Amino acid sequence: MRWACILLTQLALDGVSRSRDDQAQPLVLVAGPAQRRIIRAVNPAARQLGLKPGQTLIAAQALTSGFAVAEYDQQQIDHWQHFLAAWAYRFSSHVSLDYPRALLLEIESSLGLFGPWPRFEERLRTELTELGFQHRIVLAPNPAAARMLANVHDGLAVDDVALRREVERLPISRCGLPADIVSALARMGLRRVKQLLVLPRDTLGRRFPKDVLWHLDTLLGHQPLALGNFQPADEFAARIEFNFEVNNHQALLFPLRRLIADLHAFLAGRDCGVQQFMLALEHRSLAATAVPVGLLTPERDTQLLFDVARGRLEQLQLPAPVLALRLSAPNLPDFVPQSQTLFVERPQQSQPWEQLRERLRARLGDQAVYGLAAVADHRPEHSWCTDVTGGRAEQHDGRPRPGWLLTEPQPLNDLVPEIIAGPERIESGWWDAGDLRRDYYLVRTRDGRRAWVWRAVDGSGPFMLQGWFA
Amino acid sequence: MSAVVSLDALLRQQRVWKGRGEATPAAAQPTGHPQLDALLPGGGWPEAALSEILLAAPGAGELQLLWPTLARLTRAGERIVLVAPPHVPYPHAWLQAGVDLRWMTLIDAPERESLWAAEQCLRSGSCAAVLCWPQRIDDRGLRRLQLAAATGQTLGFACRSLREAVNPSPAALRLAVDCRPRQVRVLKCRGALVPGQSVAL
Repeated sequence: MRWACILLTQLALDGVSRSRDDQAQPLVLVAGPAQRRIIRAVNPAARQLGLKPGQTLIAAQALTSGFAVAEYDQQQIDHWQHFLAAWAYRFSSHVSLDYPRALLLEIESSLGLFGPWPRFEERLRTELTELGFQHRIVLAPNPAAARMLANVHDGLAVDDVALRREVERLPISRCGLPADIVSALARMGLRRVKQLLVLPRDTLGRRFPKDVLWHLDTLLGHQPLALGNFQPADEFAARIEFNFEVNNHQALLFPLRRLIADLHAFLAGRDCGVQQFMLALEHRSLAATAVPVGLLTPERDTQLLFDVARGRLEQLQLPAPVLALRLSAPNLPDFVPQSQTLFVERPQQSQPWEQLRERLRARLGDQAVYGLAAVADHRPEHSWCTDVTGGRAEQHDGRPRPGWLLTEPQPLNDLVPEIIAGPERIESGWWDAGDLRRDYYLVRTRDGRRAWVWRAVDGSGPFMLQGWFA
Repeated sequence: MSAVVSLDALLRQQRVWKGRGEATPAAAQPTGHPQLDALLPGGGWPEAALSEILLAAPGAGELQLLWPTLARLTRAGERIVLVAPPHVPYPHAWLQAGVDLRWMTLIDAPERESLWAAEQCLRSGSCAAVLCWPQRIDDRGLRRLQLAAATGQTLGFACRSLREAVNPSPAALRLAVDCRPRQVRVLKCRGALVPGQSVAL
């Protein structure tokens, strides 16, 4: 087995800053009680200002102003780690979250699919960068070694032969031993793991807790290490909280794009699509505004989902400033991609029909795009129905029928039309309260058009226009 | 100017316009009416362009004119879109005309949105033909539709009143449909002189 360790070097900071559109703004994360806020993480722009982790917030504010402050939230960190595990689940069936701020992937069984390791690693790095997470990736024959080598290396790939050499070169302070043991070893003048390994095992075992030997054995792969197995959640939910009040739609688009991209990464990991999802805009005092988004077929494409959600959002009147945006997708059906012909006759830049249809529905309303289907009924009003897919070619008796049908019959504005054919009596519907008895005629009007008109069976009343033979 | 150019080569290059070509290549989008095809410069609808159909009165015969094209396209599995049609298409009649309703989509839209919807459909390139019934549309609106049809390489059809014939239009082809007698006249066709005769429907 070969294990890849993806060490997320600044998970908390990335998780906060990816929901902001201004990456260049100085940002610090603070934790601790309200009386003594301590800076836990700073981004490069804040470091330029002279801020560093460990400072108190008061000291930082005394130094400079003009930096944004956000909470260092352990819950958020867990959320992002789980999100990334769901993303990584796409590449490996065994993803482990046992180490904090790191993902461990068993990748030997995935190499057949994702190509040789350099290409695989390149892909992982590209996708992580797109998602906005800084990372270090190390490949090793066992998970403990991969995790500890990631402390000092990036992009290292070691096999069984090179493993001992690389582990020996690890500084003791970075090899994952408890802090008190590290300081004890340092006082004994031991710096590298190699110096530790040449010591007699029995004396080492006598002087130090047994964990030390056990840890060294797992690093070298003599001792197996069982890791938990991550299972992706059955539904997707994500939330972006703003640190200011948002009053217009434009400012919601950037976080929306982020949420949709996250949804896409999640769906790709689980190999499913989404047919319905819900956007909720949270306000300060009002109940959250819900924007349900429904699609006709399960979809996964980022641009399509974004277009649809954006269309729905733009129609909305914001009742109050928005403080947070939440996206939840409880039902995730299987995704079956549309099969396409190999030789596409349509032009290259064409937009798929599904995307166009959803865009039209988003702007014009859910019921605005439909197909027609024929119904076997003689009454013209009941002879058609709207249908999402349309069709239903049924047996037809071949009587002439007009191409255009008026939904409501109108009096024919023509005194003496010339009758071409008819009458054809249609008498039906006594069972469903749509009873009608009419004589239908095909007539030519004064201006030369051919119309389909009817008159009551007893010949009284005016001609009523039902359709045009256009 | 001393070079001697053979007349045959010059004619074969088709750099000299000769009025009406005697042998036109097979049209990509025949109208389905052989007499009308004979009149039109490309032997059919202008590809990737807007065609205007000007009706003497609503229901004057636009479906007779368009049904063969729509039937051919839907049977080939290509999508046609009707943007805000004036009446309900009677499915039995459309089926009789050979249109496969599985490939026909209708879009309900108010007057203002219908132009937007038609432009989106034309521009997307995922439809084979888009029919619309613009009531109030100016030169700029028509030009947008024409450009969208060219971008998406789609057949665009705009059905309007014959009263609009006096106004200029950027459409590549303008046909007038008369009721009495039932006939089609060519008002404008890009790439050739307007033929004088008319075609009975």
